[in-house]
Amino acid sequence: MDVLNALVLFANFVVVPATAYGAQLALGALGITLIFGILRFANFAHGELMSFGTMATILLTWFLQAQGAGIAPLPTALLALPLGIVAAIAAALATDRAVYRFYRHKRANPIIFAIVSVGVMFVMAGLIRIIIGPDDQSFADGARFLIRAQEFRQVTGLKEGLAIKQSQLITVSIAVIVVLLLFWFLQKTRSGKAMRAYSDNEDLALLSGIDPDRVVTIAWIITATLATIAGVLYGLDKTYKPFIFLQLLLPIFAAAILGGIGQPVGAILGGFVVAFSEVMVTYAYKKFFSYLGPEGWAPDGLVQLLSTDYKFAVSFIILVAVLLIRPTGIIRGRVL
Amino acid sequence: MKRRGVFYFSVMAALLLAVGLGQSWNVALGIINLCLISAIMALGVNMQWGYAGLFNVGIMGFTALGGLTAVLVSMPPVTEAWSAGGRGIALAFLSLVATVVAIIIARRLVPPLFKIWITIVIVILGFLLIRVFYEPAVEQIEAINPAHTGYLGGFNLPIVLSWFLGGVVAAGAAWLIGKISLGLRADYLAIATLGISEIIIAVLKYEEWLSRGVKNVTGLPRPVPYEVDLMAADWFINLTAWFHADVTDAASIFVKLCYAGLFLIMLAAIMWLAERALRSPWGRMMRAIRDNRDAANAMGKDVTWRHLQVFVLGCAVCGIAGAMLTTLDGQLTPSSYIPLRYTFLIWVMVIIGGSGNNWGAVLGGFIIWFLWIEAEPLGNWLMRMITLFMEDGFWLKDHLIAGAAYTRLVLMGAILLVVMRFAPKGLIPEK
Repeated sequence: MDVLNALVLFANFVVVPATAYGAQLALGALGITLIFGILRFANFAHGELMSFGTMATILLTWFLQAQGAGIAPLPTALLALPLGIVAAIAAALATDRAVYRFYRHKRANPIIFAIVSVGVMFVMAGLIRIIIGPDDQSFADGARFLIRAQEFRQVTGLKEGLAIKQSQLITVSIAVIVVLLLFWFLQKTRSGKAMRAYSDNEDLALLSGIDPDRVVTIAWIITATLATIAGVLYGLDKTYKPFIFLQLLLPIFAAAILGGIGQPVGAILGGFVVAFSEVMVTYAYKKFFSYLGPEGWAPDGLVQLLSTDYKFAVSFIILVAVLLIRPTGIIRGRVL
Repeated sequence: MKRRGVFYFSVMAALLLAVGLGQSWNVALGIINLCLISAIMALGVNMQWGYAGLFNVGIMGFTALGGLTAVLVSMPPVTEAWSAGGRGIALAFLSLVATVVAIIIARRLVPPLFKIWITIVIVILGFLLIRVFYEPAVEQIEAINPAHTGYLGGFNLPIVLSWFLGGVVAAGAAWLIGKISLGLRADYLAIATLGISEIIIAVLKYEEWLSRGVKNVTGLPRPVPYEVDLMAADWFINLTAWFHADVTDAASIFVKLCYAGLFLIMLAAIMWLAERALRSPWGRMMRAIRDNRDAANAMGKDVTWRHLQVFVLGCAVCGIAGAMLTTLDGQLTPSSYIPLRYTFLIWVMVIIGGSGNNWGAVLGGFIIWFLWIEAEPLGNWLMRMITLFMEDGFWLKDHLIAGAAYTRLVLMGAILLVVMRFAPKGLIPEK
């Protein structure tokens, strides 16, 4: 019985939140890795792109909520999501035309691209703060919990409860659908194959008549879609704060590099590894061990490896470990 | 070429003069002091980017390390805290050293296959050992008079010393991070530095025994006189009478002038060294590596080692600037370190000024800091113009005016993009 309690506790505080967080990171890292693979640079504006799409979705959600439209028990934000994605795609394509295309045609150094993306980040960050303001915004509605801790306790008779938020289930299911669609697109369709070919060997792809502008456009469309979905899911699960997206950049980059640059499967794997390590390392295991130990015994300290303040350190340590041990990532990607 | 630089610097001087005459000399000197510090930071980044083509996105972290050094050097030690937890902290530090030494020795002894595993095992053991000493010590230190101290304090030395030590500390951190990520290609350095800077800020925020965390350390000793003392001094009152100036204003201006003098000396010294380095064989070699890495490598230059050198030097300069900044503020506020202001703004300075040219970096520091400050009234004015036709009390009008402060972010991004596109060599190009 105590083992069961310990497992439920672990699931409630580690497995469930980390799975949802991992799915959000994976979607973000997929965007980074696609831009790495196709445009070949580290996109520092990716966080702001996520933020931008989320902001558009939030504005539309508020509008819908004011109109009384909704799809309860699901959050209204899901209804607004498609248009938010369109807004993010528009923003991504506009920046590509206005900014990145020039350097692409010049075949500029990837570092120049990265610096330019810092400029894009500034502009987007400013616009977002002007439009929606720098503060916390809540936009989640609909049912909050799928399984409540108390109900779980009553049904199973265990001491520990397992709570699953609706946003967590939505996150995971949407992530699964999106990833499946993405892989179908990359593996089966003509455009997807063109993208893979272009990512693999640009010159050969050009030689076989693949239109580079088309590939790049598709890459931006997919990236903006994934970024918006990731941002909205993160916002539903936690909260929307404009400045959080610059901080999310680090775990997302860590996930992309850990998985192998330019490798979609790797990005997903990386997202979950980063999320699980972050949550597991910062979780206090005191109660968990007291269930496993003899009756009435509890460990002295919190049995927490690292305080939650340092969760960003976890992605950094992962990053450093990858750079030292296997710079190509889990699935061999490019060494950029 | 030279005339161009002189022209831009004269324009800049005229702008600052205009602020002095139009707004007040206090404001103008406030801007100048931060311009001088920004110029030093820009010089540091220019060494990395302009000399060697390294993309460092962790400037904030190295600046913050300089700031921390200023506190540790200048504040009086908290003796009770030292006697309560000093031993524990020292033992924890020794354990850290022992762990590192053990890893190095173990990695030499075991066959390559087990290297990773032995490292992981020693890291975990060392981590547990450190925590045994560390946690009780931290608790004891933070328990002592938490409202006023609750940290170890510093060494009660003159704060100007921290300007040099700040550079040394930042250089140490840079060496560590450079050792790991240099040698791979440039994007990795960028991401690794982004990470280390976030961690440094996290340490400053949450390690209260070291930096008081978000409770901030205030009242750092100054290298220049205090306004209150000046206002009471006879010679100063006579001096202000000579100028027919208000004593309070004059005292504030005098203090700022003293700072400006000190900062100017630092800037001149670093500038002189940077120019000497750039013109030496070492500088030519760095540029050769930047322009054609493979060719330089073929000539027998150790590219990674040279990159590490210049990376450490640049970060040291940023650390110096960070210590100076904390000195000027008189306090360390870890929560004020945000990457847009402390990392990416410095990048805009270097790019606009002219990467590879030290004078350009200094000019960029001045222009961008000036704009960063003056963008606020500018943004307000712009928003008022946009909303002129709207009625008072209309929600969009209030909203836009409330967001006016953020036009500076848009402005900075736009400047960076325009310069990168149309004048990638910056205002004063490299020769």
